[in-house]
Amino acid sequence: MNTPVRPLSSVPLAVKLLLAAALALQLGWQASRPPPRARAEALPPAPSPAALRLASLGDPLALSRLLMLYLQGYDDQAGVTIAWRDLDYGRIRQWLERVLELDPRSQYPLLAASEVYGAVGDPARVRQMLELVYERFGEDPNCRWPWLAHAAVVAQHRLHDLPLARRYAQAIRLHATGPQVPAWAHELELFVLEDMNQAEATRTLIGALLSSGQITDPNELHFLEQRLQNLPPPAHQPAHQPAQPPR
Amino acid sequence: MTAALVIARYTLLEALRNRLLWLLLLVLAAAVCAGGFLGQLALTESRQLQAALLAAVLRLAAVFLIATFVVSSMAREAADKGSELLLALALPRAAYLLGKLAGFAALALLPALLFGAVALAFAPPGQAALWAASLLGELWIVAAFSLLCSLTLSQTLPALTAAGAFYLLARVLGTLQLLGHAGAAQADAGQRWLTHGIDALALLLPHLDAFTRTEWLLYHTGGMADLANVAAQTALAVGLLTAAALFDLYRKNL
Repeated sequence: MNTPVRPLSSVPLAVKLLLAAALALQLGWQASRPPPRARAEALPPAPSPAALRLASLGDPLALSRLLMLYLQGYDDQAGVTIAWRDLDYGRIRQWLERVLELDPRSQYPLLAASEVYGAVGDPARVRQMLELVYERFGEDPNCRWPWLAHAAVVAQHRLHDLPLARRYAQAIRLHATGPQVPAWAHELELFVLEDMNQAEATRTLIGALLSSGQITDPNELHFLEQRLQNLPPPAHQPAHQPAQPPR
Repeated sequence: MTAALVIARYTLLEALRNRLLWLLLLVLAAAVCAGGFLGQLALTESRQLQAALLAAVLRLAAVFLIATFVVSSMAREAADKGSELLLALALPRAAYLLGKLAGFAALALLPALLFGAVALAFAPPGQAALWAASLLGELWIVAAFSLLCSLTLSQTLPALTAAGAFYLLARVLGTLQLLGHAGAAQADAGQRWLTHGIDALALLLPHLDAFTRTEWLLYHTGGMADLANVAAQTALAVGLLTAAALFDLYRKNL
């Protein structure tokens, strides 16, 4: 199948020179260009649902994952890291909603809203993310309750908005009634009312999620374990003891 | 019948000698590496992300390779006067066309089986088998349309463009119909005619968006009804496209 080649000497000298000159010119041109400067770009508005449906070529699930990675990578563009507080949260919300519309069974966008983008220092932006979780929770309460539970903890301890935290916890108690929802999730409202400290509440929530066996994805387990390790040690029990869900 | 089988065998042999199997393996390896890398970036649902992206890439790659091979193989045969030589023999034109089609259909088994085996890593055997069978149906339809385009348009570039346009249209047809009917109340006369046109196309073309669905691998929702739908659509579309190709071939003055 391989075409036999003639010796190098059969190539005319002019062709060899032309090749060498073209290569040298190419290398010289590229070397003389200024090095690329990292420049942060603003997140563009999310395309319309119809445009995304068409672009998915009948496979919205794959596009949903691809968009999620695109969005996730936006705060860490090539060479530039953008602080979350500098991102346009209205647009982030739009993108997360589009991703969720493409695959309503995916947990990824609400995890990102609650655990990633909700970790920003600006309370107004945190509220935007928490409201997104709350609004979309109602569409599938039995699957989406973990993100609303986390939203309740954030509302209570970071926003110090007890009525908001209670509203979220109450929504879980009233709507997440499936057999796969653990009993402690229904008791979250009580634990909001008891007003425990944030580290303790977060530890309880993450510990309960981990011990429930509901989290199986290795990346998510690693993410939650890291968060658990980064929390300050509890005041009334040794740091190495895992937290138990409230009973 | 024997002549058709011989033509099919040599069509398959041509594909293997063109190193199509190696190309498929290369695509598979690249897709698995890229999927693995992207899966590592995910905060959650990493396996689902990997499966979804891998399934989409492998499906598109399989369609592209089969369509390109069918069109280039037919164009080369026409340029070498191989098809004229075969048609000059004492065998009906239908035997030639069905032989080519059978060869391309056998060739489509390679990506379907290979990529279906990869799907086994992400889904239960039943769902992976459904996905692979559906991919095979999709590839048969694409091969039959590419063959029709090769015979009708006679040139590589227009035939490939037509095959690509057919595939894209068949994949987005369901969405186009939904969009057309969603805005029907406020639509002007032009938009209504466009919607009717899309509806007419939807009657003619197979709905490939119902084929090789990623949700079968992710959420294991596939069932016998899906298999029956895919099988029926494949049989109808391949039958129609073969009949159209036969019609065109019999009319050709070679």
